[in-house]
Amino acid sequence: MAGADGDDSLYPIAVLIDELRNEDVQLRLNSIKKLSTIALALGVERTRTELLPFLTDTIYDEDEVLLALAEQLGNFTMLVGGPEYVHCLLPPLESLATVEETVVRDKAVESLRKISQEHSPVDLEVHFEPLVKRLASGDWFTSRTSACGLFSVCYPRVSSTVKAEIRQHFRTLCSDDTPMVRRAAASKLGEFAKVLELDYVKSDIISLFTALASDEQDSVRLLAVEACVSIATLLPQEDLETLVMPTLRQAAEDKSWRVRYMVADKFSELQKAVGPEITKNDLVPAFQNLLKDCEAEVRAAAANKVKEFCENLPEDNREQIIMTHILPCVKELVSDTNQHVKSALASVIMGLSTILGKDNTIEHLLPLFLAQLKDECPEVRLNIISNLDCVNEVIGIRQLSQSLLPAIVELAEDAKWRVRLAIIEYMPLLAGQLGVEFFDEKLNTLCMAWLIDHVYAIREAATCNLMKLVEKFGAEWAQNTIVPKVLGMANDPNYLHRMTTLFCINVIVHCCGYPYREITTKQMLPVVLKMSNDQVANVRFNVAKSLQKIGPVLDSNALQTEVKPVLEKLASDTDMDVKYFAQEAISVLALA
Amino acid sequence: INGPGGDMQWCFSQVKGAIDDDVAEADIISTVEFNHTGELLATGDKGGRVVIFQQEIENKSQPQFRSEYNVYSTFQSHEPEFDYLKSLEIEEKINKIRWLPQKNAAQFLLSTNDKTIKLWKISERDKRPEGYNLKEEDGRYKDPNTITSLRVPVLIPMDLMVEASPRRVFANAHTYHINSISVNSDNETYLSADDLRINLWHLEITDRSFNIVDIKPANMEELTEVITAAEFHPHQCNTFVYSSSKGTIRLCDMRASALCDKHSKLFEEPEDPSNRSFFSEIISSISDVKFSHNGRYMMTRDYLSVKIWDLNMENRPVETYQVHEYLRSKLCSLYENDCIFDKFECCWNGNDSVVMTGSYNNFFRMFDRGHRRDVTLEASRENSKPMQVLKPRKVCAGGKRKKDEISVDSLDFNKKILHTAWHPQDNIIAVATTNNLYIFQDKVN
Repeated sequence: MAGADGDDSLYPIAVLIDELRNEDVQLRLNSIKKLSTIALALGVERTRTELLPFLTDTIYDEDEVLLALAEQLGNFTMLVGGPEYVHCLLPPLESLATVEETVVRDKAVESLRKISQEHSPVDLEVHFEPLVKRLASGDWFTSRTSACGLFSVCYPRVSSTVKAEIRQHFRTLCSDDTPMVRRAAASKLGEFAKVLELDYVKSDIISLFTALASDEQDSVRLLAVEACVSIATLLPQEDLETLVMPTLRQAAEDKSWRVRYMVADKFSELQKAVGPEITKNDLVPAFQNLLKDCEAEVRAAAANKVKEFCENLPEDNREQIIMTHILPCVKELVSDTNQHVKSALASVIMGLSTILGKDNTIEHLLPLFLAQLKDECPEVRLNIISNLDCVNEVIGIRQLSQSLLPAIVELAEDAKWRVRLAIIEYMPLLAGQLGVEFFDEKLNTLCMAWLIDHVYAIREAATCNLMKLVEKFGAEWAQNTIVPKVLGMANDPNYLHRMTTLFCINVIVHCCGYPYREITTKQMLPVVLKMSNDQVANVRFNVAKSLQKIGPVLDSNALQTEVKPVLEKLASDTDMDVKYFAQEAISVLALA
Repeated sequence: INGPGGDMQWCFSQVKGAIDDDVAEADIISTVEFNHTGELLATGDKGGRVVIFQQEIENKSQPQFRSEYNVYSTFQSHEPEFDYLKSLEIEEKINKIRWLPQKNAAQFLLSTNDKTIKLWKISERDKRPEGYNLKEEDGRYKDPNTITSLRVPVLIPMDLMVEASPRRVFANAHTYHINSISVNSDNETYLSADDLRINLWHLEITDRSFNIVDIKPANMEELTEVITAAEFHPHQCNTFVYSSSKGTIRLCDMRASALCDKHSKLFEEPEDPSNRSFFSEIISSISDVKFSHNGRYMMTRDYLSVKIWDLNMENRPVETYQVHEYLRSKLCSLYENDCIFDKFECCWNGNDSVVMTGSYNNFFRMFDRGHRRDVTLEASRENSKPMQVLKPRKVCAGGKRKKDEISVDSLDFNKKILHTAWHPQDNIIAVATTNNLYIFQDKVN
């Protein structure tokens, strides 16, 4: 590698190596991120014998450095000499897998999983599997938790003796003294089950699953719910009832709300995993209970799943199940005491209309939508409004418009600006659903009122909203409805409103563009030019910015005779910012 | 007092801290805590420092000198701060220290002042890298043109170095002063309690915490009680208790609901009407609550007594021990000099058979639960000869003073023992007087 005296190519590498131990974390981090460059320069031999031993001992470094190191080592196989030598990477990754920072450990495990695939079956048993065993029987829980993630990658590729050992280690970790290890084991249970032979799933995994699902720590029990999904998928239908369902039923009625929350949160996955028959007999009543749970967090999680659950019900008696079992619970949730529950429901309830069809929607769902549109909590109303498109397809939005309008008006005038902001964002959608006539008649005034809101974020959003409306309804509509009102604000005594005029002009020009040059030259340009005499500097420099945007759609005559003089005047303004933006516009428009 | 039949004797082992009498404010010890093995002992002080002592490896040749504690690491945990929005100074004083169960070779502890909780890592380093490409080991730069080969640094042994590094800062979650922190047995969460609220944190997440108890009334004028201490159950991860200034303890079950405003048990002893006075409410305020190691009992300390409660019995404590009943007649002057608001802590011994708490005049008390015996001991420089046995002290509450007794009127109320800790297995105790830390141990025969 090294050339004779003073090899230039060595210098950058020498710097990188020295910075591996620099005081400055950032420099160490940079060096670690270029570890492959260092390794390449050292060659495979020295990487194995010098660089890796050094890295193995550097585990007292900062988390971010260790994280980068753990990630790098996952891609290092070629740099240590290919699959034949990949086991050299195990010592540094092993020590990284025992540090206290979860992110670093997880990354080390991820890299170990990656390089496990590059081990030959022999190396896997000679080098990799012993490492897994060492971690699994380590003194500290950090190493044992890391081991949990490694069983599934080596299991399929080892001999049956070693397989038996691995199963034994996993069993031990599932009943570890510390909850952290049991949690790690519980979270890998499903993944491990997938690589096990079906007989062992039935004999080993089920008993572990049952034990973890009745652990004394609820943080362990709730992870068993996740495992339940994978295990149920693996088992033949006829075994589910005896092997999985007792545990699942127990989890759905667990004393701890966190476990029930987990069941509610994973409900759709569980439903798919156990199939239609069990869903009908077991999950429907379980779901009803979750919707009526005493803890609001659980009800909210269940409410979120209402649509998905109904969609996935077996089609033959879906409607009947929904109408007799689910809908009564949903009706109660509409008037729940907790606003998060109501708003979770509001975000999915509209989706039921496509499932239930026109008649049921009008008869049963519509009253619920209307009630939610009048809810005291703005988030509930917003969620209904944001999903209007689902209903529009089924019954048409007109059914709702009577109630919709007061709801929108109220949100539009809500005292909290974030609520106003949210409703503005739905305006283009509403405009599309309701049509231009209805919009002009009822909503246009609102959109214009937002332009003079006292919160900048609202005025900005309102401007952006105008752009989307113009895109939707076209330039002609803009010319007749929007432009006159926008231009009217140019004479407003409040300079903030005068600036809004300029911002609106910017977006309208952007949308209407060249084909509608008329509007720009005839109506908007004169106003902008006149505003260059504004007494407020902020307005004047925004004039310069606007002219820069309008310029490209004007013809050269207008540019030279109208725009140029104004910009030149602004370029000699007393205000620094005005000068700056005027000069910028002049150079962009090439008027100099 | 520990073994059946025979009285256990305590003897002096060590004293830490300055000898001179004028005490610097910053040196006042504000918390004492053993780690889970007892190998390490941490103290926090008003100056925001944490000092960690490590037990030396036992000396086999001299069994009577059992392993001593020596300074292992000292670091500045908190600095004074200023809240500009509220125009409030935030003291650096360490209110509590809690050790985390050991997770790898390093040790971790949480320390808190009034507002901010920090997670510290204390780790050892005994190797350092050697070998640069571009400079000599002493820092002189080499001529880059002389570099003909690359050199990878190697790690060489060095003297043991102990480093403390801040790993997480849990800030901005408490409006009032934090009085307690407690690590959950699930080893991934902990709680922090202030006067009106209790928050639940994940040990790895600093930007959010969950409010699990909030007793702040809508109108602060209706405020009648504050939270004085809170602790997780040692084994049941869903159970915690908090005590109040009204002398009640509430046990909450986090399984029942996300917000634990409704307690599942309320421990309260009906007031004895014969003892009713102006000070009743003040002295019934609970200053500390601690679960026993086995999780069956909890101990509370109020101004005059220590009470042991069975978790299965809410209406009265199973045991009550008077710490310094002779002060009942002095409450008026204790109120005037603010001593009545002192917050005494209490602790259990390793097998829950003895409890310990502090008093005035540098006295501390031990109560043997099985034998219904108690003793008053004193932490003082006079008794600090190696292995000197501590003589039990007696306070005379009026009447004729016997020999060796101390009159109530001559007690020094400026010398108070608020913080004590008991080794988790052995009979080794750490007792904090104002700015000194005394370590005592049982006499080995």
